[in-house]
Amino acid sequence: MENKLNLPANFEGYPEMRKKGFLNMKAQKDMGKKVVGMFCSFVPVELIHAAGLIPVGLCAFTDEPIPAAEAHLPKNLCPLIKASYGFALTDTCPYFFFSDLVVGETTCDGKKKMFELMNEIKPTYVMQLPHSRDKDALAFWKGQIISFKEKLEEFFGITITEDAIRDAIRRKNRERTVMREFLELGKLDPAPLSGYEMGTRIDAGSFSFDLTERCNVVEARTAEVKAEWEANHGESGTRPRLLVTGCPNTGVRDKVIKAVEEMGADVVAFDTCNGIREKVELVDETNPDVYEALAIKYLNINCSVMSPNQSRLDYIAKMIDEYHIDGVIEIVLQSCHTFDVEAHFVKRMVTQEKGVPYLNIETDYSQSDSGQINTRLAAFLETIEK
Amino acid sequence: MKYYTGIDIGSTASKVVVLDDEKKIVNHFVLPTGWSSKETSAEIARRLEADGMPINEEMKVIATGYGRVAVDYAAKTVTEITCHGKGGYALLGRDCSIVDIGGQDTKVITVENGMPSSFLMNDKCSAGTGKFLEIMANRLGVGLGDLFEMASSGKALAISSMCTVFAESEVISHIGNGEHREDIAAGVVDSVVNKVAGLCSRHSMKGDVLLTGGLCECEYLISCLSRKLGTKVYSDPMGRFAGALGAALIARGKK
Repeated sequence: MENKLNLPANFEGYPEMRKKGFLNMKAQKDMGKKVVGMFCSFVPVELIHAAGLIPVGLCAFTDEPIPAAEAHLPKNLCPLIKASYGFALTDTCPYFFFSDLVVGETTCDGKKKMFELMNEIKPTYVMQLPHSRDKDALAFWKGQIISFKEKLEEFFGITITEDAIRDAIRRKNRERTVMREFLELGKLDPAPLSGYEMGTRIDAGSFSFDLTERCNVVEARTAEVKAEWEANHGESGTRPRLLVTGCPNTGVRDKVIKAVEEMGADVVAFDTCNGIREKVELVDETNPDVYEALAIKYLNINCSVMSPNQSRLDYIAKMIDEYHIDGVIEIVLQSCHTFDVEAHFVKRMVTQEKGVPYLNIETDYSQSDSGQINTRLAAFLETIEK
Repeated sequence: MKYYTGIDIGSTASKVVVLDDEKKIVNHFVLPTGWSSKETSAEIARRLEADGMPINEEMKVIATGYGRVAVDYAAKTVTEITCHGKGGYALLGRDCSIVDIGGQDTKVITVENGMPSSFLMNDKCSAGTGKFLEIMANRLGVGLGDLFEMASSGKALAISSMCTVFAESEVISHIGNGEHREDIAAGVVDSVVNKVAGLCSRHSMKGDVLLTGGLCECEYLISCLSRKLGTKVYSDPMGRFAGALGAALIARGKK
C-alpha cells in the first residue's frame, strides 16, 4: 500500500483558499456588494443569488474560538456551533464581519438557540425549518421561503423578481450538477483522486463567489482527472474504498480522512452536507411555482434533523453499490444528537443489509484524540483488508 | 531455528510471546512499560537475546499496542485490536467476543471466522479501564490484587460519576463518611463492570465472551462481569498475552 496522498502540484488547501477568499470578498464589498452569511444547505441560496447578494458560508471548522464561545454556550454543544459562534463573538472571522445579514435555520436545537445569541451581535434572521416531509410541512416551508424572500427585500430595499429566481435556479442547478459530476469521479475504480482533494475542493469552492467561475474551475479538474484516469488507470486496486457519512467533516478532514487515506485506503464517496447530500436533487425548473419548487428540493435534503429520515438510509445503500464501497465511516461531531441517534439505523443497515464493515467515530475539532482515532482507523482497515 | 515474536507495548505493561515454526509458545514474559517505550523495546531485545533468541534474520517481530511504533526492529506494526482478536481466538479456539480491559482503554472485539470483524472502544476516558482501578486502589491504600480481595467481601457502594477524577472524589467522600473499605472497593469494581457492560451492550456481541488484558485472572471481576452480562465470561491464564500472541501469530502467518 502507498502511504502518501497524491495531490496535484498546484493544490491549495482549505485554509489557503479560505484566506484568498477574504480579499476577494473585500473587493466585492468595496464595489458596494452586499453579503448574506449562512450556515446550512437548507437555506435556499437561489433567493440570495436572485437578489444580487453574495452568499457566504459561516460554519466554522477550527477549535481556536471555542473557549471564547464557552463563556456563553454550554461545553457539551457541538464544536461546529461553538466555533461558529466563537468567531462571531470574538470578531475574528472576516466572512462574518463582511456579512450584512446572517440567516440561520431551525435545523438542530443547538443552532436554533445559538442564533438567538448571535442576533445580539449581528442581525440574524432565522428560517423555521419543519422536520418532516408531509404536505403540511411543505406548505409551511414554502411560506417560510416566501417570508425569507420578503425579508431580503425589506432588509436590503430591493425587489426580487420571479424571473431572477428562475435564473438563479438554473445557475445553481448547473453548479450542483458540476459538483456532483466531480464527486462522482469517486465511482471510478481504482479511485482517480484522493477523497481529501475532493472534499477540499468542494468546501473551498464556496470561497469563490462567482458561480460561473466556481463551476469552470471544478469542471476543468473533472475533465483532467477523467482523461488522466482513462489513459493510465490500472487494475482495480487493493486499497479499500470507503464511504464517509454523518456530520460536516471539514473540521476533522485531516484527522480522519487524510489519516485513513495515508494508511492506504481511498475515501471515494461522501454522504455529507459538504459532499453529495445536497446535490443529488435539483430544483425543478419546469414548476411554474418557483417557491414550491424550492420548497420541495430543500425539504428533501437527507439531513438527520428530518424525522423520519429513511431516504438517507436508502441513499447510502445505493451509494454503497454504485461506488463499490468496502467500508463505511460515520463521523459524528460530539453532541450532534440527531446524527448520533440516527447512527443506530445507519450501522444496522450498513452491516446487516449490506454486509459492509462500519466504523463510528465521535470526535471534535481538537487534536487530543488523534492517536486513538489513528488506532481505530488502522484497526478498521485491518478488518476490511482485501 | 525460526522464531516469530509478538510484542505488545501497552500503556502499563509490555508483553512478549515467541512462537516456533509449529506455532508453539516457546517463550513469553511481561515487563513494566515504564516511562519510555523505546527503552522498554530495547530491554525486550536484550532479554530475548539472553534467552537465546536474538533479533536477527531468523526472527520475525510484529509490534502492537500503544508503543508499537517504538519497536524499531519490528517488521511491521498491527493494531492491538486485530492482535487481541487473533490472540483471543487462538486462546479460546472458536469465534467469540473479546473484552479487553487495558491500562488505558477498554475494547470489545467480535471475532468471526477467526478474524476480528468489528470492534468498539471507550472514548477519551479512563473510566472502565485498568487505570481507573489502579487510581482507586491507590486511594484506598492497597494494591490491585488486594482491591479485588477486599471487594469480594464488601457490599457495593454507589460510585456513579462517569469521570475518574470525579469518581475519585466520590471515593474520598465515602472514606470521609467512614464507610468500610470493603464496600468502597466493591463499589469501585462494580463501577468498572458497569462501564464495561455498557460498552458491551452498545456493541452487538456474538458468541462466548473472553476476557483478555491484565485483569484476566481476577476471579472476582470475572464473576461480576458474568453476572452483569448474563453470560459466562471465559478467561485464560495467558489472557494478558492475547495481544502479543496475536501479533506473533500474524508474524508466523498462514501455512
